[in-house]
Amino acid sequence: MIHKFREKLIQIFFFLNGLSVILILGGIFFLLLRYTWPAFKEIQMAEFLFGKFWDPTAYVKPAYGILAMLMSTFMVTVGALTIAVPLGIGTAAYLSDVASPKVREIAKPVVEILAGIPSVVIGFLGIVLVGPVIAKLTGTTNGLNAINGAILLSVMSLPTIISLSEDALTNVPKSFQEASLALGGSQWQTLILVKIPAASSGIVAACMLGMGRAIGETMTVLMATGNAPAMPSKLTDPIMTMTSTIAIELGEVPYYTTHFYGLFAIGLVLFIITFIINMVSDIILHRYERQTRY
Amino acid sequence: MKEKQIKQFLGYNVLRLCIIFVILILIVILYDILSKGARQISWQFLTSAPKNGMTEGGIFPAIVGTMFITVITAVFSVPLGMGCAIYLNEYAREGKTTRLIRMAIRNLSGVPSIVYGLFGVALFVEGMKMGTGVLAAGLTLGLMTLPWTVTASEEALKTVPKSFREGSLALGATKWQMIRTNVLPYAIPGMLTGTILGLARAAGETAPILFTGAAFFLPFLPKSFSDQFMALPYHLYIMSTQHHAIEKVRPIAYGTALVLIALVFLMNLSAVILRYHLRKLKKD
Repeated sequence: MIHKFREKLIQIFFFLNGLSVILILGGIFFLLLRYTWPAFKEIQMAEFLFGKFWDPTAYVKPAYGILAMLMSTFMVTVGALTIAVPLGIGTAAYLSDVASPKVREIAKPVVEILAGIPSVVIGFLGIVLVGPVIAKLTGTTNGLNAINGAILLSVMSLPTIISLSEDALTNVPKSFQEASLALGGSQWQTLILVKIPAASSGIVAACMLGMGRAIGETMTVLMATGNAPAMPSKLTDPIMTMTSTIAIELGEVPYYTTHFYGLFAIGLVLFIITFIINMVSDIILHRYERQTRY
Repeated sequence: MKEKQIKQFLGYNVLRLCIIFVILILIVILYDILSKGARQISWQFLTSAPKNGMTEGGIFPAIVGTMFITVITAVFSVPLGMGCAIYLNEYAREGKTTRLIRMAIRNLSGVPSIVYGLFGVALFVEGMKMGTGVLAAGLTLGLMTLPWTVTASEEALKTVPKSFREGSLALGATKWQMIRTNVLPYAIPGMLTGTILGLARAAGETAPILFTGAAFFLPFLPKSFSDQFMALPYHLYIMSTQHHAIEKVRPIAYGTALVLIALVFLMNLSAVILRYHLRKLKKD
């Protein structure tokens, strides 16, 4: 009897451990919401979402519009994906289709090490390595702008895209490949016309997770994009993303002011965006798993 | 036929270029940091505090600070993560709750690090009145590491063959006895390796500690849980963007970057070595 009781207790203990993650996710959402709420006593929701100017410290009329930051985040993210998606899928395809076991042995740690480099180090290299090159090419002073951020973010999202796309490609059933080869297709045709389409949902999910990383990345964009809070019009403009705005201003703002709450509101927007991206990529992945079960 | 072969040849070479480019990126990153950082490394750089407005001296407090919060991160997130993984792999039945837990884990790992920073401020610094310090920062990083710990631990549990569990249950062991004697001993090496990899990532994070306890400059080491601390990633950020004489302190920034990367790699390496040894130990 005591035995049974103890077993039950242990099971409950582990169950509570399991529940903790739901609690934490819910807690993050709840606290962000609670700290965002007071901001909208002073800020109009329409101004917040569609206002072009973010100037909470203005003397006469503070402005709380996040449109420029949203655009900035969007710009670096799209830029990063433009580089990282083809490069990442190409690498994954090479690893799954062409590479000898030896090359794979080398490539795997390369991807892992790349994933392990702290974002602050990548941001530092954006200042000392990428920045000067961009400055020379575009004739700007320090090369800290949207392109720089996009290049760095592509490096940061590459490992995610490569490893998940490769998983998707290797999970394509052998029978698909054999059918294509038996019909006289070349290896290359099989890759392009059979394997990649069959793995497409996995690859799309991989790219979306890479996108999520790029949107939420803070230190690299904070250090390498120049942080000018204005609506960007071209890729060589210095920009200030949502993440960098929080990182810069939370350190200086007096707590429990509208400005302070406003920063939590930006955090909430970030949370919701990444949450949606995660859910959608999850749904795509599940569809993909069902597809490949044949 | 000919055209097909040419296409394949060209296509494969484009793919080859992709992977060469990715490897080149890593080589450039490591070469730049290693070649310029190595000049800065000396015994004195590693063991003394910054001096003269951080234009000279070493990074000792930052090294210690990073190690200190990593320990707190581990103490918080490793047991909880392992517990959660044990529940998911050993106890949970497929159902709504389990699906919800898995969804929460996937989403937590996608939450931006700066949002963890905001959460840390709202919950630990303000909500629990911890103030900014080692404890608040360590706990914030711990929350961020949790999904990685769970995933790594679950992977390790999955590698234990079913027959181990069945054998134990068949002999009349209770579920917990089975887990303790027939599952955990075989899963723990993998769990440890995975969690150390997660901790290495946490050690390099900056955004979550920006507002929860990292300090610009402190000549002394943290003595209690509510003390602020210097950390390597934050120090690198300061030295490369916020310092008044940025060009002059570039070498220090490079040195800091090298030490940070080295620390992360050492942790990764120790995880791999640990796994190797624990495996060998069990075979004997």
